[in-house]
Amino acid sequence: MTALLDRKLLFVTGKGGVGKTTIAASLGLLAAEQGKRTLVCEVDAKGNLADFYEAGPTAFKARELQPNLWAMSMNTEESLKEYLSLQLKIPLLAKIGPLARTFDFIANAAPGVKEILTVGKLTWEVREHHYDLVVVDSVASGHIVGQLTAPQGINELVQVGMVRNQTQWMLDILNDPTKTGVVIASAPEEMPVAETIELAERLRTETKVDLAAVVVNRVLPELFTDREEALFESLRSPSHAAALSEAVGGDVGPVLDAAELAVTLRRTRAEHLATLRASLDPRLPLLYVPYLFTRSHGARATRRVAELLADEL
Amino acid sequence: MAPAKPKSGKPKGGGSKGEGSKTDGSRVDADKARTLEQLLATKEIVISCGSGGVGKTTTAAAAAAMAATHLGGKVLVLTVDPARRLASALGLEQFGNVEVRVPVEAFEAAGVEPRGELWAAMLDTKRSWDDLIARHAPDEKTRKAILANSIYQNISGRFVQSHDYIAMERLYEIHSSGEYDLIVVDTPPTRNAIDFLEAPDRMGDFFNSKLLRWLTAPSKSRVMSLASKPFYTVADRILGSQFLEDIAEFFSLFQAMAPGFVERADAVTRTLADRRTTFLVVSTLEAAPLHEAEFFIDALDERKLHLGALVLNKVLPAYLRRTATTGVAKRLVVDADELAGVVPDVGDHDDVARVLATIGESFLNYQVVAKREAEQRAGLARSPEVVAAVPYFDADIHDLAGLLQLGDQIWR
Repeated sequence: MTALLDRKLLFVTGKGGVGKTTIAASLGLLAAEQGKRTLVCEVDAKGNLADFYEAGPTAFKARELQPNLWAMSMNTEESLKEYLSLQLKIPLLAKIGPLARTFDFIANAAPGVKEILTVGKLTWEVREHHYDLVVVDSVASGHIVGQLTAPQGINELVQVGMVRNQTQWMLDILNDPTKTGVVIASAPEEMPVAETIELAERLRTETKVDLAAVVVNRVLPELFTDREEALFESLRSPSHAAALSEAVGGDVGPVLDAAELAVTLRRTRAEHLATLRASLDPRLPLLYVPYLFTRSHGARATRRVAELLADEL
Repeated sequence: MAPAKPKSGKPKGGGSKGEGSKTDGSRVDADKARTLEQLLATKEIVISCGSGGVGKTTTAAAAAAMAATHLGGKVLVLTVDPARRLASALGLEQFGNVEVRVPVEAFEAAGVEPRGELWAAMLDTKRSWDDLIARHAPDEKTRKAILANSIYQNISGRFVQSHDYIAMERLYEIHSSGEYDLIVVDTPPTRNAIDFLEAPDRMGDFFNSKLLRWLTAPSKSRVMSLASKPFYTVADRILGSQFLEDIAEFFSLFQAMAPGFVERADAVTRTLADRRTTFLVVSTLEAAPLHEAEFFIDALDERKLHLGALVLNKVLPAYLRRTATTGVAKRLVVDADELAGVVPDVGDHDDVARVLATIGESFLNYQVVAKREAEQRAGLARSPEVVAAVPYFDADIHDLAGLLQLGDQIWR
């Protein structure tokens, strides 16, 4: 299996709320710091990738945030303009006024147009070797299969014409496991785990795109060994708690309660992790990112997660 | 078909829900509702929304279960989430596009005697679209042609955006049937939470538009208008003519149904804005979902839609924020060795010291998160009258008892 960051195109997806953008931003940062020319692209229109780097807003035109690290936001209309000027040698959109006006319609009504303009732009960057790695902060797990199968769908739907020719090279890149991979961001909670398992299965059966890794975000620390947990139980007895409170000069009750909460949270999550491990192909890399007990989620958190991912890789 | 005006006659018990509430007996205006109970007693449609992963579906199901239990009447939870867990939590093997009643045994097992009935349905996008076409198609031939059109199949089956409209459409249909006193619906996981709010309008615009007529022109007339010529020249080069023909066929078939669709979409839009409809915004206290919730609250306000309640899920307990305890936790970390001596009978001294330091540290860790959450909460610029916080639950919700337990947290 090709090492994760040695691929050319990584689609990071996952259930909403698991920290998909954190993982995408951190993978991009890590690759860039390893010397790879890296483009991080957010696909979601209202995405907040910029917040994860704290280096100014992103636009369709890629901008270098730091050496080797570029960022952009997908905009399908811009993508169409670029495509037209590159492929059809139609330089100015003004000359095809009606197309600009109908774009929104066609894109909303005709199947997969927005999807293919997105995937098309990303595979184009790979084909032209503009970057060593393109990391996509992709759509959520419910939509990723639709996005990845858009070229195939169009390929089947359109019998002749430019698009037909154009989708073949996209498929060649997407379906090549040495070039393209999907990274599922997950969390050790019930629904994200269920969705991860389901998506892994859908990717296998409905697409030819390779699942490259699953990153489990926000893994809570194991507080105690079994022996320590027994000691902890003993410490929670009223007499011991009272003795400690007196020695400290304050109520230790909330501290003990908080530890109990931490143990419980960790325990339910460990069960979900076990389910996840048991359901995935054992050869699939499973990376763990611990929960960050920090105040904010800005550039510092992104860097920290990148370091943790580097250890896991 | 003319869009039915929202129901006039209601099943027995529907109009008197408010009087049955146990709070203070006084009539409560929904705009001044102070609890979810009061809010739901005065509404007929509750739309649960928020970003993915915040517990939207579970919250909707819990609210519906509480309403069926305590308010009475016929309550429907309409979900778009195909999670089997929700079906089994409701004591159902499975449920689909057609509403099924949650068995009374499920309530009995949860130890409650419901005053009303709880029903559940799951949105089947493809089925709902097909039904919609059947309703609007002028004749059998058109219906068959649309169902067979490749573009239609793609849009109705795979297409993300089509979920938004059909969810609101199905809600409208069920509501106007007059079958239920209260419908609680959770919204599809859209890329933008407001997509589904705009979906009916967009659908109306689409069929009203000159562009649609213009797009379908070539199939009707050999003379292409001057304006459309460059478009077809380009489109033909990009897409190929077969595809264009499929599109043209699709649009012209749809055009036959345009008036019905436009009318219907308008009616759906009106239902969202109706005073009997309210929105439940669900979030956790993490930055991203909360940001989305705020964005959504603003969008509701702009559209003059009724924001009924904000439900905050997975909130850490308040004791974690106590500053008095911060000092205690710090001392446990710093003086762990000395403090282990205070409880010599617990176990090995070093082990006990390590446990004391660990619990102190863990408290401080969680305190950081709890304070971050509190800051997020305080930072909410606008919040509705009803704000309910749901604590972290020890275990996942597996049955109706669990749903009702969650419901209890947000009910009063």
